[in-house]
Amino acid sequence: MIQFVLLISRQGKVRLTKWYSPYTQKERSKVIRELSGVILNRGPKLCNFVEWRGQKVVYKRYASLYFCMCIDQDDNELEVLEIIHHFVEILDRYFGSVCELDLIFNFHKAYYVLDEILIAGELQESSKKTVARLIAAQDSLVETAKEQASSISNIIAQATNRRKQSNGSCPIVNGRWLTKLHFPRHSLTEL
Amino acid sequence: MALSGMRGLSVFISDIRNCPNKEQERLRVDKELGNIRTRFKSEKIAYVKGLTHYEKKKYVWKMLYIHMLGYDVDFGHMEAVSLISAPKYPEKQVGYIVTSSLLNENHDFLRLAINTVRNDIIGRNETFQCLALTMVGNIGGREFSESLAPDVQKLLISSSCRPLVRKKAALCLLRLYRKNPDVVNIDGWADRMAQLLDERDLGVLTSSTSLLVALVSNNHEAYWSCLPKCVKILERLARNQDIPQEYTYYGIPSPWLQVKAMRALQYFPTIEDPNIRRSLFEVLQRILMGTDVVKNVNKNNASHAVLFEALALVMHLDAEKEMMSQCVALLGKFIAVREPNIRYLGLENMSRMLMVTDVQDSIKRHQAQIITSLKDPDIRLTLITLSVTSNEKSISLDVVSDAFDFCIRRRALDLLYGMCDVSNAKDIVEELLQYLSAADFAMREELSLKAAILAEKFAPDLSWYVDVILQLIDKAGDFVSDDIWFRVVQFVTNNEDLQPYAAAKAREYLDKPAIHETMVKVSAYLLGEYSHLLARRPGCSPKEIFSVIHEKLPTVSTTTIPILLSTYAKILMHTQPADPELQKIVWAIFNKYESCIDVEIQQRAVEYFALSRKGAALMDILAEMPKFPERQSALLKKAEDAEVDSAEQSAIKLRAQQQMSNALVVTDQRPANGAPQTVGELSLVKIPSMSGDQHASTDQGLSQANGTLTTVDPQPASVDLLGDLLGPLAIEGPPGASVQFEPNTVSGLEGVPSAADYAAIVPVGEQTNTVQPIGNINERFYALCLKDSGVLYEDPNIQIGIKAEWRAHQGRLVLFLGNKNTSPLVSVQALILPPVHLKIELSLVPETIPPRAQVKCLELVQCPLELMNLHPSRDVAVLEFSYKFGTNMVNVKLRLPAVLNKFLQPISVSAEEFFPQWRSLSGPPLKLQEVVRGVKPLSLIEMTNLFNSFRLSVCPGLDPNPNNLVASTTFYSESTRPMLCLIRIETDPADLTQLRMTVASGDPTLTFELKEFIKEQLVSIPTASRPPAPAPPAAQPTNPAALTDPGALLAGLL
Repeated sequence: MIQFVLLISRQGKVRLTKWYSPYTQKERSKVIRELSGVILNRGPKLCNFVEWRGQKVVYKRYASLYFCMCIDQDDNELEVLEIIHHFVEILDRYFGSVCELDLIFNFHKAYYVLDEILIAGELQESSKKTVARLIAAQDSLVETAKEQASSISNIIAQATNRRKQSNGSCPIVNGRWLTKLHFPRHSLTEL
Repeated sequence: MALSGMRGLSVFISDIRNCPNKEQERLRVDKELGNIRTRFKSEKIAYVKGLTHYEKKKYVWKMLYIHMLGYDVDFGHMEAVSLISAPKYPEKQVGYIVTSSLLNENHDFLRLAINTVRNDIIGRNETFQCLALTMVGNIGGREFSESLAPDVQKLLISSSCRPLVRKKAALCLLRLYRKNPDVVNIDGWADRMAQLLDERDLGVLTSSTSLLVALVSNNHEAYWSCLPKCVKILERLARNQDIPQEYTYYGIPSPWLQVKAMRALQYFPTIEDPNIRRSLFEVLQRILMGTDVVKNVNKNNASHAVLFEALALVMHLDAEKEMMSQCVALLGKFIAVREPNIRYLGLENMSRMLMVTDVQDSIKRHQAQIITSLKDPDIRLTLITLSVTSNEKSISLDVVSDAFDFCIRRRALDLLYGMCDVSNAKDIVEELLQYLSAADFAMREELSLKAAILAEKFAPDLSWYVDVILQLIDKAGDFVSDDIWFRVVQFVTNNEDLQPYAAAKAREYLDKPAIHETMVKVSAYLLGEYSHLLARRPGCSPKEIFSVIHEKLPTVSTTTIPILLSTYAKILMHTQPADPELQKIVWAIFNKYESCIDVEIQQRAVEYFALSRKGAALMDILAEMPKFPERQSALLKKAEDAEVDSAEQSAIKLRAQQQMSNALVVTDQRPANGAPQTVGELSLVKIPSMSGDQHASTDQGLSQANGTLTTVDPQPASVDLLGDLLGPLAIEGPPGASVQFEPNTVSGLEGVPSAADYAAIVPVGEQTNTVQPIGNINERFYALCLKDSGVLYEDPNIQIGIKAEWRAHQGRLVLFLGNKNTSPLVSVQALILPPVHLKIELSLVPETIPPRAQVKCLELVQCPLELMNLHPSRDVAVLEFSYKFGTNMVNVKLRLPAVLNKFLQPISVSAEEFFPQWRSLSGPPLKLQEVVRGVKPLSLIEMTNLFNSFRLSVCPGLDPNPNNLVASTTFYSESTRPMLCLIRIETDPADLTQLRMTVASGDPTLTFELKEFIKEQLVSIPTASRPPAPAPPAAQPTNPAALTDPGALLAGLL
């Protein structure tokens, strides 16, 4: 089981945290502090697993971001390493060549995506297409709600409509807004 | 898009990003928090203008962002939770996500949301269902579990729900099950679970398989029907049948699902159906053989994730030898590759492989490669390191951590440690020693501890052991704990042959210019004790030894000076006739330290000075240290404890644990071909140890000692348990002083002598002892295990009574020492050798026991003892008691009846309490079952009485079968809360000598120890029918006064 997910930047800034076991606020800060010390100091050509407090942390660096997942001693490390990559690919598809800035300003989006991939620290969906479809549906629900403040049933009807429309090719919803902010983009994926 | 409408949030994030330093950032965050707080507050008080949902949404996102940055957000939780009940999707979504990220399951606010969450789950809005299930799945606690589980189950199996809801329901249920296993009713659920595995949608199937893994890890028996389904899933994936394109990952059909299905299979003990087994092995074979190393990293990782899981499954299933060696060959390939992940996992899995018997030899072939992994793979980098080290220390550390992969090294070290045995110990330990000086600092401590343990465990001869430890101290003195050098001293003291060698070695090290302080300690100690054995060698005259040690005095700390002072005193003592010059120097040193501020040094200086003026009497006072009692090495114990602690509930670990407990019991498995006695675990005492696996030598020892005893057949393996338990009691009788016990008890017993008798104290040594105990010490001990007062030991001179009180994990024992003679007993000494799980404090024992008073009353000396039980264990504390009567020194070792059952409190439970508990403790290691054979036949009533006297309260009527017995009790120890233990005995009316016993408790160690304890008691019940030990004819004293029944007097007092 994945105990928590942690995204930290090269500078040690936290970009996303998700805890699947009960940690108090104090413990969370401590974990982040300790772990960034361990992970950020590791050289580039070492293995992606670190033994830490009787658990294992599987991590991978994408551009300036470290994606870390903490698992139990006996869990399958490579499997989790590929869950990380799966997550990154989906982010990449969603944001359209994702970069750290996407995740900074759209951290809530990253949470939505993560919630479609993991629940209770276990992999929920291994199809990128399905995840993309579900996120798109959520986005359109939000859009619709904004457009017309009508009754819930109305929204649902619309949402299901849209979902059906979007079944074919997977639409990457609205990745344009970021260009407005004029930040340089660096691709995260190492494909 | 959400953000375009949430300008405030992106402005805030930009502001934070633009903060030049942490302080500014904090100011900005504080300002924002203040702002949010006022907005939330004003809403509550004024009701003027409530916050719009949009505003609330914005603020809780900001809160989450601030929380993520690591600041404390201790307000506004209510607002986040309240968004959950918003009617519209966008607000609800934010409410759910922020709540599940900000809070954890223990927050009270969650309770407020339970109703809304439930309504969303049972409602008909699919998107709301998804949100609610996700939140509960991510943070659901106990209360959620109780109120929501049935609804979630319904969603999971409902045919009208779409896959997107059902896959979330599966994982949500998994979370709830983890919090409270009772939410899944096994009887009804097993079939449903099997049906779920027929699912076509791979998303739902992946989630359901995760759920299955959790279910079978707790109770595999109920889910047998799922086993063939898992194999089917694997076949489907392996053949790539009916797998939609979107579910293949870099061309591999859902690697995650493959891994999960194989993980689930590892929780079933075995696969009986030959057809299923065959098809599974076909799949496994295909995975093992068909996985190639490819260029694409992700494809490689995914296929190897599957491969390693397949390896684990093969190990678990105990495949044929051929397949196993195939696996070892694969792993051998992996540990040689450059790719660090694969190498790491290769090493890790090889360690796991060690638990499979009969592949060790093939693993050993890879020893050289493993050692390479431990060492630096890149010579160039090492050179850089070395050159930098001489200039600046801090830089060198950086380079070191960059160049080596610490994780891989640790795996390699673990593996070497695990694969070490007598055959390769010398090589491995020497490699470790060699590597020690190059190893990074973080690893040295572990490395030296492991080297010390291996050296002790597998030393081919003792001088090698001494060499290794001295080298260890020399190379990594800072990392060598006191335990390690104490242990060397123990070995040397107890083995005379070793003493000159050790002393000579110590002398050599002292010649080195700079040595570690620990080395000063150990060599000073050894030379103080044994330097006289070297006297004829060059450079080893007392004076030279003295001066070489004394040279080190200015460099050592105050903890070492007392040792040096003792050494000086001993050297003086050995210099007979006294060398006036040396004497003068040493006295001057003692004089100098007489006013030392350190009390220990001062006292020693004063005392040694006074003693050394006594001349020849010094010989007695400062004689060589007596032998140490044999005890388990503190190091080994530490290592074992650490391993047990980290054990978790998983297929692989469970197996490891079972092996562990064997290791604990049999201490050391000797090679089956009967390797010579010198090989194997070091024995502290030179006499043959009494532990069960050494019967042959024990017998030899016996017949040599007595010349009368015939060989006794080796006991079956099960007896080893007892042998080892009582092993520590094996003592060496110092010539002419030890108490003589009846040598005939062993053969005098009716029927098959019990194991306890073999292991009990048996005579070794010469037949010159004069004092014989009265009565059987073993019987007395067993009787005292059942009651709290009575006689522990008696001989013609003394009687030791005992009275105990027990309260929870604490106990108070009073020893009553009664002198039966008319003259005083002098030099009385009592020493407690406690096992690690007991903390015992013995108050002062008077040196003299006054003689019996004129009246017919024993003058009793009372020695109270305070006990505290730290954790469950069957080890027994030993009282080493000695006194002098006339010219005879009498020395006995007695087991103290502070046994496991003393820390039990009987408790009777009703059927309603018993069965849920019994069921929830569903299998090893919490619940253990064993068929015990060779039980002393007892009627059910007798057994009930026996159990009750062990403080196991028998609960009649709980078990429908009248031949069975159910008992319960509570165990107290300092480290745990009171633990409820449940015991069930199933007897066979047709054959009373066998029964099946099941013991369950909330702690694996406790369960194991209690089971073994009860087993011992059932196998060797101290019966009244045992013939009284024949009174030793020769040694009975003629003093009639001693025969006026002191036992009765004592009993009256107790």
